[in-house]
Amino acid sequence: MNSAALNQYPPALDATALRADFPILDQPVNGHPLVYLDNAATTQKPQVVIDAVADFYSCDNANVHRGVHRLSQRASDRFEGAREKVRAFINAPSCAEVVFTQGTTGAINLVAQSYGRSNLSKGDEVLVSAMEHHANIVPWQLLCEETGATLKVAPMNNNAELLLEDFTNLLSEKTRIVALTHVSNALGTINPIQKLTRQAHQAGAVVLIDGAQSVAHEPVDVQSLGCDFFAFSGHKLYGPTGVGVLYGRETLLEAMPPWLGGGDMIRTVSFEGSTWNALPYKFEAGTPHIAGVVGLGAAIDYLDAIGLQAISTHEQSLLALATQRAHTQPGMRIIGNASDKAAIVSFELDGIHPHDVGTILDSAGVAIRTGHHCAMPVMQFFDVPATARASFGLYNTAEDINALFDAITQTQSLFAR
Amino acid sequence: MNDLRDLYQEVIFDHNRSPRNFGLLEHPTHQAHGVNPLCGDELKVSLVLDKDGVIEDLRFEGRGCAISTASASIMTETLKGLSAREADRYFDAFHAMATGESPTPTDLPALTKLKVLSGVRHYPARVKCATLAWHTVRSALQNASASVTTES
Repeated sequence: MNSAALNQYPPALDATALRADFPILDQPVNGHPLVYLDNAATTQKPQVVIDAVADFYSCDNANVHRGVHRLSQRASDRFEGAREKVRAFINAPSCAEVVFTQGTTGAINLVAQSYGRSNLSKGDEVLVSAMEHHANIVPWQLLCEETGATLKVAPMNNNAELLLEDFTNLLSEKTRIVALTHVSNALGTINPIQKLTRQAHQAGAVVLIDGAQSVAHEPVDVQSLGCDFFAFSGHKLYGPTGVGVLYGRETLLEAMPPWLGGGDMIRTVSFEGSTWNALPYKFEAGTPHIAGVVGLGAAIDYLDAIGLQAISTHEQSLLALATQRAHTQPGMRIIGNASDKAAIVSFELDGIHPHDVGTILDSAGVAIRTGHHCAMPVMQFFDVPATARASFGLYNTAEDINALFDAITQTQSLFAR
Repeated sequence: MNDLRDLYQEVIFDHNRSPRNFGLLEHPTHQAHGVNPLCGDELKVSLVLDKDGVIEDLRFEGRGCAISTASASIMTETLKGLSAREADRYFDAFHAMATGESPTPTDLPALTKLKVLSGVRHYPARVKCATLAWHTVRSALQNASASVTTES
C-alpha cells in the first residue's frame, strides 16, 4: 500500500477517550462497570447534546416561527440552524427537503399516508424486503388495506442477504413504492441501496430508505444513494428521543398533500378552506420538539468532529473481533452473516432462551437487547422465537467485547449445571 | 450474583430441562393460547375438566425462557386434581407472589412449591415470563377456547 492510499484512511478513533464524553457510561450496574451494547435500540448522549438541550431550555426557550420577541427569534434560529446541519449531514440539496418528524416511524407513516394514499390504488404494489423492522412493514400494510394495493416481499437467503434476482423479478410497472431498510436492525445486513434504487427507478417506483440503523454508523449521502425518501431517528444518532427526519425529494414533497393538519403547516385558514405553507413546514403541523431538534444539531456537530468514516472503521473492527470470538465460542450461533454488515451481532446460545441470556448478562453489567427486535418476520424466517443482540457504537471497546464473552461463558456454565 | 441465584434456582433449571406435563391433550375440554407480545413467546394450555369441575389432566406446550417453561411446568403439577375454583385462588396467590403487589396468602398448601419463582419480583421485566402460563390457564378455564396475551 502506498502512502497516498494510507492517507485515505481516517485517523484512528480513540474510543476510550470518547467514553468520557458520555456521562451515563461511567456507572456500575449490578456491581459491575456498565457495558452498553444496545446501541441499535438507542445510543447514549454525549455531554454536548445534554448541554445543548439544557441550554436551550435555560436560555432560548420559546415557540418557533411565531413571535416577534427576542426569545422566539433565537429559538427559531437554533431550530432552523439544526435543520441546516441535518441537510449538510445527509447532503440533501435543500433545507426544504428536510422535514422534522417524531422519528423514523413518523417519517415512514408520513410518506405512506401522504404520498401513498394519493398515488396508489387497487392493483398497485408496494415492495419491501424480508428483513424490515415493523415500522417499515405495518404503515404499508395499513396503506394497502386502505387503497387495495398489494404488499410484496423480496426474500433473503440464510445469511440474511437480500436475494437480488428475486428483488429484480418482483419489480414491475405495478410497483409504485419500494421501501427498504439500509441496515437491518435485527441482522446487521447492509443492503446495496444504490443498486436497488436504480432498479426500482427503472421500474418507475419511488424509493424510501429506512436509515434508522445506518446514519450513525457510516457516512450517508442521499444524493449518491439516489433514493426519493430517507427516514431516520435522532436518538439512534446520539441525539434526543422524540425527534427524527424525513428527507424527501422536493418535487415529490411539493405534490404531496399534508398529512397532519394544524398550526405552522398553513398559509391561510378560513372556514371555506385553507392553503398550505411552503416546504418543509407543510409537513410540520403543531409545535415541534424544538429542544430535541437543537439536541440533534449538537449530536451532528459531535459526530462530524469525530468523522463518520472513522466511526465506521472503528465499529467494523469491533464487529470483526466479536464475530471471530463468536465463532470460537462453543454453542453460539450468529444469526445474520451477510458479507456486508454493520456492527450488530444477533445470536443464539444452544439450549438457552435469549431472555435468560439477557437477564444473566445484565447481572454482569452487560446491556444487550433480547426479543424479536420489532422484526417478527425475521424471527419466523430463522425459526427462532427471539434472539440476543449486541450492537456497537462509537464508544465501545475491545474490553466491552471481552466483558460480553465473559458473561456469555458465565451464562453457559450456569445453564450447564 | 446472589440475586441471580435467587431467580435461577436449581428447581428452575430442572423443570426447564425436563418440563412436566409437556405436550397437548388429544381431547381437551378447555384450551387456550397465550402470547407474550414483548418477547414473542407462545404457550398452549389444554386441560380436561371432569363433571365435578375438577382438573383431571393438564398439559402445556410452547417454547419460552427457563422462567416461563419452569413456571408452566410447576403450574401443571400444582393444579392437577384441583377444582377450577381452587385454581383461580392459586392464580391470585401466584400473581401476588410474582408481582409483589399484595401479600401472598398462606393457607394454600401447594404454594410452597411455587415459591421457587418468587425471585422474579425483583426482575420486573421477567414477571410476565412467570405469569404467562397462569394467564393462559385461567383464560382456558373461563372460555372453552381462547387466546390471551400478557398485555391485555
